Amino acid sequence: MSNNNVETFYDDYVIRKFTVMAVVWGVVGMLVGVLIAAQLAFPALNFDLAWFSFGRLRPLHTNAVIFAFGGSALFATSYYVVQRTSQVRLAFPLLARYTFWGYQAVILAAAISLPLGYTQGKEYAELEWPIDLLLLVVWVMYAFVFFGTVANRKIKHIYVANWFYGAFIIVVALLHIVNSAAIPSEWFRSYSAYSGVQDAMIQWWYGHNAVGFFLTAAFLGMMYYFVPKQAQRPVYSYRLSIVHFWGLIFTYMWAGSHHLHYTALPDWTQSVGMVLSLILLAPSWGGMINGMMTMSGAWHKLRDDPILRFMIVSLSFYGMSTFEGPMMAIKTVNALSHYTDWTVGHVHSGALGWVGFISMGSLYFLTPRLWGLKQMYSTKAIELHFWLATIGVVLYITAMWISGVTAGLMWRAINEDGTLTYTFVESVKAMHPFYVIRMIGGLMYVSGMIIMLWNVIKTVQMGQATPAKIPAAVAHA
Amino acid sequence: MDITDLRSIATVAALVTFVGIWVWAWSGRHKKDFDEAARLPLEGDEE
Repeated sequence: MSNNNVETFYDDYVIRKFTVMAVVWGVVGMLVGVLIAAQLAFPALNFDLAWFSFGRLRPLHTNAVIFAFGGSALFATSYYVVQRTSQVRLAFPLLARYTFWGYQAVILAAAISLPLGYTQGKEYAELEWPIDLLLLVVWVMYAFVFFGTVANRKIKHIYVANWFYGAFIIVVALLHIVNSAAIPSEWFRSYSAYSGVQDAMIQWWYGHNAVGFFLTAAFLGMMYYFVPKQAQRPVYSYRLSIVHFWGLIFTYMWAGSHHLHYTALPDWTQSVGMVLSLILLAPSWGGMINGMMTMSGAWHKLRDDPILRFMIVSLSFYGMSTFEGPMMAIKTVNALSHYTDWTVGHVHSGALGWVGFISMGSLYFLTPRLWGLKQMYSTKAIELHFWLATIGVVLYITAMWISGVTAGLMWRAINEDGTLTYTFVESVKAMHPFYVIRMIGGLMYVSGMIIMLWNVIKTVQMGQATPAKIPAAVAHA
Repeated sequence: MDITDLRSIATVAALVTFVGIWVWAWSGRHKKDFDEAARLPLEGDEE
């Protein structure tokens, strides 16, 4: 990009890099997911290799899909959205470039250290302390770039998507610092700063808010920009979006203890988590309805626009998993669902259905625009991706529902004399066919993602990175 | 006053703040501003 009139163009350089890497990491992370699904169905596939075993690869899968795929998509879209809705160039462009290389370095370090067995043993926070520190540096730079851009904005109002992205950046920093606090004993070994039930509570305060602020709030930022954009209509109710935002902010922080029902955690703390999880249904559905109603008057566009279809299906899954989640937080329901595949199914209805679909839709929107084109190389391929992904998710979650409820019922079945009706291995045998179905569902989902990668590469080859102009006349400064 | 009173006050203050935000957003005085804000995604680039 030339230096002449540089202030009249948006800075999309680093967004292009994050966009491509989001799709690449999506393919990698989901392939690892299918591999470990296959290992569960056919344990011989562990090959007796420590670094190739389920226990080592499972955190690699979760880190790759959540932080590498989801994270890269969030960097790309947040940098895009904050510029367009503030009508100003990215602040600290050099720092923005560093966030890309720094974040990719964190991902590589994770991809090497996790199979080698280096872990802090905390779910979704496995990375050892040197990598944690690197991530912290990257995150502070991210905050400077994002909030610096908001501060430089040419528009008086801060659009709601930026509130969601902003909350995500602040809260993830808070969660990461508190939960990763550890005493290092050597390079790549450390001990948690907390112990006993406090350690468990902090872990699941972290874990559930990672769901609430990484996998929900941030992707809602995406939703509030890209759904109106693709539907070419403003969001249904702006004031509902404000209440949606503050409702989530005031509620999510309290829900984490539902991960620790019937444990050593004090009973009242479990009940607080249950009640606040039930309350979460209200803001979640308010937001889901807000996104859906944005389509009113434009429903016919769904017929020939697979990108919009990705977005609407993602909202359906957002609604479905935010209904299922509060139900599962009820203690008596949790007594059945906990430690079964029902939980796995619930997580994947949110992750594959909501987070995956909204990211794919947004990336399909972004890619042609970033390379100076009107649309993706192949719309037919998007269509194919949509159906593969949809059938894949449905297979995955129904298999896990059946497997989970079956196992849960078998574990609690008791004979008249008080002995267990079933041995554990009988429940494993009952789960087996559903593990195979889950693997097939995952295979379909990742096939769609591979088609997306091909489509993105073709689009990039066909187009040319062209700087996008900032609109000259600002209507409401 | 002990730490539990402080916690109770903080909890009630959070609830009141949230209800306050709700009333503020729904009061109707900001309808014009909100309508303008809702159009921001559609005006951010030249297409």
